[in-house]
Amino acid sequence: MARAATTADAFNAVAEPRRRQILDLLAGGEKPVNELVAVLALAQPLVSKHLRVLREVGLVEVRDSGRQRVYRLNARPLKDIDDWVSGYRRWWSGRFDRMDVVLAELKESEDGDEHGDQ
Amino acid sequence: MSTVTSSGTAVVTLPADNQILITREFDAPARLVWKAWTTPELIKRWWAGERGEVTSVEVDLRVGGRWRNVMIADGGFEVAFHGEYREIVEHERIVSTEVYEGLPDASSLNTLTLVERDGRTTLTVLAEYPSKELRDGHLESGMEGGMQESLDRLEQVAASLG
Repeated sequence: MARAATTADAFNAVAEPRRRQILDLLAGGEKPVNELVAVLALAQPLVSKHLRVLREVGLVEVRDSGRQRVYRLNARPLKDIDDWVSGYRRWWSGRFDRMDVVLAELKESEDGDEHGDQ
Repeated sequence: MSTVTSSGTAVVTLPADNQILITREFDAPARLVWKAWTTPELIKRWWAGERGEVTSVEVDLRVGGRWRNVMIADGGFEVAFHGEYREIVEHERIVSTEVYEGLPDASSLNTLTLVERDGRTTLTVLAEYPSKELRDGHLESGMEGGMQESLDRLEQVAASLG
């Protein structure tokens, strides 16, 4: 079976809990990489790897500030994910609303059958 | 953590990188929800939601049995799904595969769970997809707060970015 590209989009990028943690941290404002390393308590190469994945899908941007690299969040790609989840929710909500109608009828016919079959 | 749902509200969360969890409460006992979920002529009435008309439903409700649903979507094209039942506990649980025939490689394993309390039933569907991840870390057990919460927070940030 062909393997799909793993981190080609925001959806896959945020599937990793640590990367979501990084996004949450950056949601509070831009941060230099050493601060992220300290807060996450992860090895620097691992943090850098996560940041690279997030950069590739456009979720973080980086700038040089003196001798530091400072990262900040770009949340726009998250809208795609939110749109997808919302679409999925609408699809299921439509199904469930119709099930409500079916169930109301089933209940009604049962009430009418109180002395009926087992 | 408990999520309170009410009729009319489907809650969708993404508890893990390869999972989707849908939760909904119904004002009916579990055996009736089960009936609506497993009876072909009833499935026909709800399965397409607002997105089209169901044209065919096949249900062979036994372990190893198959199901297949076909609908005509609003765009006029035919959409078909099928799968196999793996586990069946009447009025409580169904584990089955689901294959969208347009993308036969991307099958999911779906677990339906019904929990009845005071005549009302909480339905959950957990859809698990084959992981596409080359993991560079391990999924932490007891991961708190799914992606939804992160998204909610981040969405506010996105909004503030304009």
